[in-house]
Amino acid sequence: MEKFISVNTTAVPLPNEDVDTDQIIPARFLKATTREGFGDNLFCDWRYQPDGAAKTDFVLNNPLYQGQILVAGKNFGCGSSREHAAWALADYGFRVVVSSFFADIFKGNALNNGLLPVQVSPAFLHDLFTAIETDPASRFSVDLEQQTISIDRTGASETFPIDPFRKVCLLNGYDDLDYLLSLREQIATWEQQQPFSITAATLTP
Amino acid sequence: MSKTLFDKIWDAHIVTTAEGGQDVLYIDRHFIHEVTSPQAFTGLRQRGIPVFRPVQTIATADHNVPTQNQHLPIVEPLSRSQVEKLTENCAEFGVELYGLGHPYQGIVHVIGPELGITQPGQTIVCGDSHTSTHGAFGAIAFGIGTSQVEQVLATQCLLQKRPLRMRITVDGQLAPGVLSKDIILYIIAQLGAAGGTGYFVEYAGSAIRALSMEARMTICNMSIEMGARGGLIAPDNTTFEYLRGREFAPAGADFDAAVAQWQHLFSDADAVFDREYQFRAEDIAPMITYGTNPGMGIRVSETVPEAPAAGDSLASFSKSLDYMGFRPGERLIGKSVGYVFIGSCTNSRIEDLRLVARFVQGKQKASSVQAFIVPGSQQVARQAKAEGLDQVFVAAGFEFREPGCSACLGMNEDKVPAGEYCVSTSNRNFEGRQGPGARTILASPLTAAAAAVTGTIVDVRDFDLEN
Repeated sequence: MEKFISVNTTAVPLPNEDVDTDQIIPARFLKATTREGFGDNLFCDWRYQPDGAAKTDFVLNNPLYQGQILVAGKNFGCGSSREHAAWALADYGFRVVVSSFFADIFKGNALNNGLLPVQVSPAFLHDLFTAIETDPASRFSVDLEQQTISIDRTGASETFPIDPFRKVCLLNGYDDLDYLLSLREQIATWEQQQPFSITAATLTP
Repeated sequence: MSKTLFDKIWDAHIVTTAEGGQDVLYIDRHFIHEVTSPQAFTGLRQRGIPVFRPVQTIATADHNVPTQNQHLPIVEPLSRSQVEKLTENCAEFGVELYGLGHPYQGIVHVIGPELGITQPGQTIVCGDSHTSTHGAFGAIAFGIGTSQVEQVLATQCLLQKRPLRMRITVDGQLAPGVLSKDIILYIIAQLGAAGGTGYFVEYAGSAIRALSMEARMTICNMSIEMGARGGLIAPDNTTFEYLRGREFAPAGADFDAAVAQWQHLFSDADAVFDREYQFRAEDIAPMITYGTNPGMGIRVSETVPEAPAAGDSLASFSKSLDYMGFRPGERLIGKSVGYVFIGSCTNSRIEDLRLVARFVQGKQKASSVQAFIVPGSQQVARQAKAEGLDQVFVAAGFEFREPGCSACLGMNEDKVPAGEYCVSTSNRNFEGRQGPGARTILASPLTAAAAAVTGTIVDVRDFDLEN
């Protein structure tokens, strides 16, 4: 997994609330068997007409808004557990998604892919949208070590929560699997200690 | 110390606790399907590691499969290649596959319970958010991403932060025509699409206890639609009797021993929940959704709200209504609908089909409606045919298809055209969920059947429900 230390970039505003993962990447694009290339279809039905022409009123098609940070309305990433949503956002080039509230599964998927979910207060989210609206060239800094997000122009800043284990993983580019694999012997021992055989109900007809 | 049911099961599955407080949670049962597993197997291959406990993973093909002519090769090349990839991966890594053509094939959350693989007290995961369905048996069941599918394949464990505990109690008696689907749509409408985020929900109360296992599954299935990781219901005699004699449930003396263990699975009387809600069954009526998330639900007799719920933005509310073609304050009864879909992991089990058959027997679907019924599994389909339900459906003008996820998410050919309304027994009314531009109205199987018969949104209580 790619390390995450900090970013300083402009941001793309998507004030919609309850953005579900079916919008982030519609189900018909989930047929690939690799992790790459999903960025092309990120927000496909909001971004393109049925004939493939760009919808000019959608923010990703507006050249004024660029950057590695997506700032979104509350309850971002709700719905389907598809990790393809995190893959699509990362593949498109986002490193950070900011919202006042994230759906649980999406948050976990993002963290497993080096995409940092930054949860801020509704008031600070409002400030971020205002800063982008006032000047689309506004830059923002996200520092994982310090757990801060700040608006460069005003200096306004807020800290964001992150599980300490996840933070270490992201800062170093480790994923959960590296850690779990190191425990395999301990897991096997634990299995032996259970009062009932885990596989007692045999699953082979 | 008093514990909730959730904590009893969770604590019994902690292998160790990582620095920072996350638990290494042991997973008893792992279901996989063709869409969210290929990249996980690729990961194992890249690391050169086997599946740690292959007997505890069960695979099926459901999301992508056609619901017609399943005996023929899948026509759509990408779907076919994904289903073939699952077959290859299962063969290479020694995972049992109930693929197309297998008598156990079906929607992953239908087959696990009906085969007796899902049991009380277990931890169960799947790369699918509706894994919460299995919680109906008193199990901790939740959806995961593909990286986590790989973790479970590789170690049979997940690194998890313990969620908060919520209890939702529904007491009282449901009125005729009101189903468990209406209970959960009502709850989600009360709590909102994010009201359960961060929580694991226990459903309790006399109205829940009175439900069959299949009706309980419908409730737990949609826990994710209010943001909850999962929902569970304490197992009782209804649970035990459902499991008795199932293919992979314990048999004979082992079954009695299992029941003796399962009987300890309940929340202690003084167990503390982080959040509690109480509802009355008498307040619940047939429900429909009017917007583009499952929290946007109303009693079918009510009007579309004039304004967004407190704390929600007007822009998102208006965007949602524009998409649906509805106006604030509008009454929806009498609105024409072109499509009716009865199926999905929420409502495709034999009891759902029996209810629909009893309702449509002697009636005819409206000529303006395309109505199709997709059974949840091969076993459900066989049972429906054995009972002659398929004949009832066909006589009433419904199509009776072959098992799969189908138009719930339209990964196969079963899509609703842009702009068309579909009354659907599935679980999500997101924009484009049933096809680009499709407008989904979530409802119970009875409300959906009534919509097919009248060609409109209708209050099923207007029909004689005695016969």
